[in-house]
Amino acid sequence: MSDLASDLSTQPAAPPPLGTKGFFRWAWRQLTSMRTALILLVFLAIASIPGSILPQQGIDPVRVNEWIANNPTSGPILKRFGFFDVYASPWFAAIYLLLFISLIGCILPRSFMHARALRAKPPVAPRNLTRLSSSTEVSSELGSDAVIDRAERVFRAKRWRVRRGQDEGGPWIAAEKGYWRETGNLVFHIALIVLLIGVGYGSLWGWKGNVIVVSGKGFSDTLTQYDVWGGGRMVSPSDLPPFSFTLNEFTAEFERGEAQRGAPRFFEGKLTVRDTPGAVPYDTTIGVNEPLSVDGVKVFLVGHGYAPHIIVRDTTGAVVFDDTVPFLPQDGSFTSTGVVKVPDATPQIGIQGLFLPTAALDEILGPYSTFPAPDDPGLFMSAWVGDLGLNTGATQSVYRLDTAQMTLTGREALRPGETWTLPDGMGSVEFVDFTRWASFQIAHDPGQGIALIAVTFAIVGLLLSLFVKRRRMWVRARPAETGSTVVAAGLARGDDERLESLVNDVATAAASDSAQNGRRK
Amino acid sequence: MTETMGLAELSLLVVYIAMAIITMAMVAFAVSYAGSRAKKLVVRDRVPALVGSAGDSEPPAVSAVEPVTELPKGRRASNVGMSLTWLAFAVLLVAVVMRGIWAGRVPWGNMYEFSLTSALGVLAVFLIFSFFRDVRWLGIYVTTVVLLTLGLAVKVLYTEAAQLVPALKSYWLIIHVSAAVICGGAFTIAAGVTLAYLLQERRLRRTPEGQEPPVSRLPSAQRLELLNYKILTFAFPLWTFAVVSGAIWAESAWGRYWGWDPKETWAFITWVIYAAFLHARTTAGWRGRRAAWISLVGFLAFLINYFGVNLFVQGLHSYKGF
Ligand code: HEM
Repeated sequence: MSDLASDLSTQPAAPPPLGTKGFFRWAWRQLTSMRTALILLVFLAIASIPGSILPQQGIDPVRVNEWIANNPTSGPILKRFGFFDVYASPWFAAIYLLLFISLIGCILPRSFMHARALRAKPPVAPRNLTRLSSSTEVSSELGSDAVIDRAERVFRAKRWRVRRGQDEGGPWIAAEKGYWRETGNLVFHIALIVLLIGVGYGSLWGWKGNVIVVSGKGFSDTLTQYDVWGGGRMVSPSDLPPFSFTLNEFTAEFERGEAQRGAPRFFEGKLTVRDTPGAVPYDTTIGVNEPLSVDGVKVFLVGHGYAPHIIVRDTTGAVVFDDTVPFLPQDGSFTSTGVVKVPDATPQIGIQGLFLPTAALDEILGPYSTFPAPDDPGLFMSAWVGDLGLNTGATQSVYRLDTAQMTLTGREALRPGETWTLPDGMGSVEFVDFTRWASFQIAHDPGQGIALIAVTFAIVGLLLSLFVKRRRMWVRARPAETGSTVVAAGLARGDDERLESLVNDVATAAASDSAQNGRRK
Repeated sequence: MTETMGLAELSLLVVYIAMAIITMAMVAFAVSYAGSRAKKLVVRDRVPALVGSAGDSEPPAVSAVEPVTELPKGRRASNVGMSLTWLAFAVLLVAVVMRGIWAGRVPWGNMYEFSLTSALGVLAVFLIFSFFRDVRWLGIYVTTVVLLTLGLAVKVLYTEAAQLVPALKSYWLIIHVSAAVICGGAFTIAAGVTLAYLLQERRLRRTPEGQEPPVSRLPSAQRLELLNYKILTFAFPLWTFAVVSGAIWAESAWGRYWGWDPKETWAFITWVIYAAFLHARTTAGWRGRRAAWISLVGFLAFLINYFGVNLFVQGLHSYKGF
């Protein structure tokens, strides 16, 4: 067998030799062997599974906590071993890093070998071609040199790389084709490494944040304005580009037909954007699948909800609160919850609210919404008075009311425009009207371009690697009594159903004179 | 409204007709097996009279060289099966196109439509394949799979919804899903070929040394193994593309190209397992049976991604929400 067939054979699993140097060489060989790559790939697949079954910290931290609370024995153990953050866990990283080390160790020598092969001539014809599995012998009326000339013309016409020679067996020609197969394979594997680099670069230097913006209000890109913000290790919040925008209007439409009633159908936000604080503002729209690009940053529309406009007056009738408050949707029909905190009233007032775009009352479950559009909006409220607990120093969520030091004064349901006078002269709450809010994800991922280029190369490399055939062929012509005896043989990398017939074609084409070209033996 | 609803109902009716035809095709293929068994035919591969010159590189099997004047019973039944399969494909195509016209968009916006299109994809891959090889032996498998898929579609997944949730409104829906559907067809056919390979391989292993293995209607183990590889070399790059186009789409819809959503995770797992298969095929000691099992596991991962994740797991891809 020539090196073409044995290029890929795996190293025999010899026992580790004694001595440190020998051991390391042995370990490196093992790590970079095809079998190890295969096993690591299988491990990678298996290791990815738990992350699709268990809730994940990065996707849904609330469900992670619920899961752990519901499974007091296994929960903490799984948490300790990173099962709720699989794709950032050390053992997951260990598998793919080993795989990529193996990959580098595999690619480097192959790249050198391939670079040499690209410059080398096809190898000398073996003495006995008929020993190769794909070979054929035909007799020709032409002289041996003429046969080889003809063979050369055939090969060259099909852009094979050729080499001619002569030995005691007569003249021969060697031809080789399909170097792109190995090139493509190397490009594919190198592209995977570049892809990993792109992903890693993006996660170190990239950042993303989420913010809720109420219709009519604005956002400017500084850390304090975000509800949530997370950045890679190499990012400083002072790097944020100083753009800003105003959400002028938000539109949402829902399915009104029987099937999939209430399913979202259309969302759109109208924005006025300023690239930099002094820049000329411009209008644009943003939708799902239509992110906004500004200053190297992308703004995505990722959610929406309702924001009731609420005015609270204190015992004296003075306005102590007047704002639109984003309520968070709890289900597909936008039953939404929200909280109003009025620290300026004495005593302090806290309101837990339930906003229902299409209000209905269930005898057991209480108020809920039956449709996501505001067909019949209502606001259900519970008012609390006492101490909001804002001075304890602990950070409080704006969506949760700490009622530990408060007492419930009453409950009421309001339509837009109605006012509720709190019991015991505690003041009043007016539900003026409501508007919508939209939530945006604002992200910067500098590794994306690298990743995209890498996958493009990977796919092209893969196609070359899978569909280009690497073939080697030889033709020998031995002078006979009349004319010559032509022997042709071929060798291919991998399976090659057509090699046999190619060998026959070349042999006949070389052996026959032009009139009989194409005649089969 | 009633007029457009009519088109959806008509489409459903045509799906039922396609299912009836598929059932008949399945019976025909089953008969062809029974027929050939009973007569103990020695027809292994193509009958020479039927060997087309174009694209057919396989040498006719030696045992079938005797001239055949009349088609044997089993063969006639399998030819009927093939014709019915073509008919079913055409009818199902009509149903899918009607559904698309009714909805005013590509007919793969929900699980029901996705299943119809997938069944069509399996049939298409099978029929295209039949131009190049004699794949009648695979007919019983293909018709069974298609019938199950369609049955699930009309019984469990049927929906009257025409419109899409906003995240699906993108031309990536066309690119990404059509790539995935063709891959689904190819993976399904490849799995059938692998099953046949494992059967043949076991038959070979059970044959005592020096004895001829018993005659079979299936192609040889060696040829089946190569066939599986060929289908997967076509499907793997396409799957790679499907995953990449999904990532590009996810970036524009959700603001990140990869988020380990269950659907993404299983697409990745499927990809990694098929990559492992391609490696196994060139690794000493893994080629053959072990590689075949790896490719079957890859298909299992694909199925989990298709059914399991869509129907049972909460995630961005569950076709609900934003
Ligand atoms: C990051 C993980 C890897 C992936 C996803 C991957 C994927 C693939 C794929 C899809 C092929 C098929 C192309 C073909 O058959 O020509 C392939 C081939 C190949 N891979 Fe990998 N690979 C990985 C790592 C490795 C490693 C670590 C090695 C070194 C041992 C390696 C060595 C090879 C070789 C030699 C081939 C050529 C096989 C042939 O010519 O048929 N790969 N790889």
